[in-house]
Amino acid sequence: MNPLDLTVVLVVAGLYTVGFLLVLDRSLMRVVLGFAVLGHGSNLLLLVVGGRPGAAPVLGTVAPGEMADPLPQAMALTAIVITFGLTTFLLALAYRSWTFTGHDTVRDDVEDRRLGSVADRRAREERE
Amino acid sequence: MLILVIAHLVVAALVPPAARRWGPRALLAFAALPTAALAWTLTRAPGVLAGEAVRETVKWAGTLDLSFAFRLDPLALLVLLLVTGVGAAVLVHGAYYLDDADAGRVGALLLVFAGAMVGLVTADHLITLYVFWELTTVCSFLLIGGVGATRAERKAALQALLVTALGGLLMLLGLVMLGEAAGTYRLSAILSAPPRGGLVEAALALVLVGAFTKSAQLPFHPWLPAAMVAPTPVSAYLHAAAMVKAGVYLVARWTPAFADVPFWRPAVLVVGLLTLLVGAWRALAETDLKRLLAFGTVSELGLLMVLFGAGTPVAASAGAAMLLAHGAFKAALFLLTGVLDHQLGTRDARELSGVARTFPGLAAVAVLAAASMAGLPPLVGFLGKEASYEAFAGDPVVLAPLVLGSVLTVAYSVRFLWGGFATKPGVKASAGQRPTIGFVLPPAVLAAAGLLLGLWPGLTDDLARGYANGYGPTQEYHLAMWHGFTAPLLFSAVALVAGVGVGWAWDRLAALRARLPRAPEAQRGYEYGVRGLDALALQLTRRTQVGSLPLYLTVILLVVLAGPGLLLALHAPTSVPATMNGLVVQVPLGVLVLAAAIAVPRARHRLSAVLLTGVVGYGVAGLFVAHGAPDLALTQFLVETLVLVVFALVLRRMPVRFTPLRRGWRLHWPRWLAAGGVGLMVGAFALRAAAARDQPAISHAYLDHAEQAGAHNVVSAVLVDFRALDTLGEIGVLAVAAVGVASLVVGARRPRRGQEQEREREREREEVPR
Repeated sequence: MNPLDLTVVLVVAGLYTVGFLLVLDRSLMRVVLGFAVLGHGSNLLLLVVGGRPGAAPVLGTVAPGEMADPLPQAMALTAIVITFGLTTFLLALAYRSWTFTGHDTVRDDVEDRRLGSVADRRAREERE
Repeated sequence: MLILVIAHLVVAALVPPAARRWGPRALLAFAALPTAALAWTLTRAPGVLAGEAVRETVKWAGTLDLSFAFRLDPLALLVLLLVTGVGAAVLVHGAYYLDDADAGRVGALLLVFAGAMVGLVTADHLITLYVFWELTTVCSFLLIGGVGATRAERKAALQALLVTALGGLLMLLGLVMLGEAAGTYRLSAILSAPPRGGLVEAALALVLVGAFTKSAQLPFHPWLPAAMVAPTPVSAYLHAAAMVKAGVYLVARWTPAFADVPFWRPAVLVVGLLTLLVGAWRALAETDLKRLLAFGTVSELGLLMVLFGAGTPVAASAGAAMLLAHGAFKAALFLLTGVLDHQLGTRDARELSGVARTFPGLAAVAVLAAASMAGLPPLVGFLGKEASYEAFAGDPVVLAPLVLGSVLTVAYSVRFLWGGFATKPGVKASAGQRPTIGFVLPPAVLAAAGLLLGLWPGLTDDLARGYANGYGPTQEYHLAMWHGFTAPLLFSAVALVAGVGVGWAWDRLAALRARLPRAPEAQRGYEYGVRGLDALALQLTRRTQVGSLPLYLTVILLVVLAGPGLLLALHAPTSVPATMNGLVVQVPLGVLVLAAAIAVPRARHRLSAVLLTGVVGYGVAGLFVAHGAPDLALTQFLVETLVLVVFALVLRRMPVRFTPLRRGWRLHWPRWLAAGGVGLMVGAFALRAAAARDQPAISHAYLDHAEQAGAHNVVSAVLVDFRALDTLGEIGVLAVAAVGVASLVVGARRPRRGQEQEREREREREEVPR
């Protein structure tokens, strides 16, 4: 058993909700921000689920029994850095999309649309 | 037997170069291979018929218990005689019939097919059987389609492939079920100790569907007449003598073991009898001689199904005799039609006239073969027909359609002879070059084989009894020309007289037929089926692949909710290990983070959205501190600041506000539902995961050994010492990301500048002429 702070759980749930809401948007900038928010949520989740809270795991300050678990912290630290790399990369993608097309919205896939119009045309021919 | 199969496949590779070098006549040399196979089969025949099956097992993956298992028993012997004999005849015929362009391809495929067929009938392992089964399907597809020159060829090839492969796949399912139920995939083992049970019955039903599609039984039959667009040697071999017998072979193989399964006999008998009648009826109305023969084949295959599926020794004897008879006479008739087509340029009954006078030899062979088809003594067809009446003498429900089928068979035999060879008033006598001896020899030999088997009933009886003995120890009935004045003789006479009458008066009956209500055609069913499937696929794509990324993501999230989310809800923990500590620090920070997060989607300015995200990041860093992770908080502060700087750099060049999009509750509620659902789910997951922990943390080892690493901060010890390789990987990821970002940002500028220069240069070039 590893008692959780309910506040942190609520924060994690809220961050995930907002993150996915942003990712589902049509604006690439919002999608990037969504990834950042999801990253925050995930890091927090990783930390609080992974181990109990406590004092900072620095030797010589408190007894080892009162320290927070250092392993999830190391993992979350790695995750923070990776999230940073991902966010900047996505931002660069959005920026490139804006420079080339003059907007940064997610357009519908033209090929998928074309396939759909084939289906419509067939259906019309069948009726006639 | 494996060597025989391999020999066919290897030699097939030699056919195309040989045909290029020496022309179609090269096929004459390749006919030696099936002839040799026939000779080998004949040398084995006495031993096999005496009850000593030839067995052969070649292990190819011993540790997995996989091996090629073959065995030659009386039934395999029967079909093998047909496959090799007709194969040789067809290759000789093809040497004269095929033109330069086709000979190599068709000849090679015919040999491949012959090899696959040899494998199919001798295979003693369910999966081996299936592999050869599908190989014949593929050969059939390639041979019908030719090089895909015409629409009709492509359509017919596709139909044959779709129908038989569908059956084949269902059969594979059945074979696997059967193999699992029996505990072995060895065919002979399954047949000697047949398993029983509901699973086995379902498996048998699937196998029967496979057999019915392959042997063109109702309602799957239309692919066979359509396949007649193939060259005549192909039609004669695949679609009359050999491949379509595969389904019949399968039924013949399995009936001894499974005839007492409740639905086996009714299913086979009903389908077979219906096919017998419908095929014969359709054959009567055809004027294209090849299509007439094709429907005749459908009809005869129905008869064979009935005989082999009945499960009595006499019916089995009759089936064996009919199998040989049909292979011989139907292949002969097809080859004859090919000769007519090749020499006279047509095979339409309405255009042929006086052929008997032009080519009397050809006509004689045709009469001999057609007489066997009609069941006239002293030909082998008569032996088979007599035995089939005898087999069902006490069963009028089967006997009546059987005799009616025979009447129609005699009638279309008459129609074939009349249509192909008679002198018709008002039609110009056909004229053409006399065929060479070699061209006519194959059908003549096949027809003569029918005569030989008829005149020597003892031989036919031996061949048939070898298989029929599998149904019981002994049987009184022998195949013979003369049994005395018996009921079967009467039926034969009735069928003959009535059949000749119907055939003679067909032109008048055709008017009557035209007035009958038309039964639905199975071909229509196939076409509707294929078109419906096509439309369904398109509509499904239309509905699901709309091209909208947010929609796809919503679907993915909903699936996550429906799968893992539902599981999580079902396995809720009994007690939730939640506390409400740290009211002073955590709660205010949590409120701050949540408030900032909720404001992000509502922000209209890009900069405010970015700043709000920054607030979220700093707030989370605060929560890290509260949790006892100052290193994390430090990193988070640094990273968050860096991100803000990067965003600010980018935002410099972008518009202040977001591109306005349609907004509104009606449009967005599914997104809210998906996002909110997943948020709740993750929260529940956190509680569940915390409750699931039942082992102490492993990190005490890190705490104990951090001193040795020369560190006081345990987290840094983990990062740079204990798990340094992970950190190296992390640095690699950052490096890759940096390269990616650099190339994207720099590349984004360059083309623009390049384009500018390009445009500049173009302008200059345009200005020069002026």
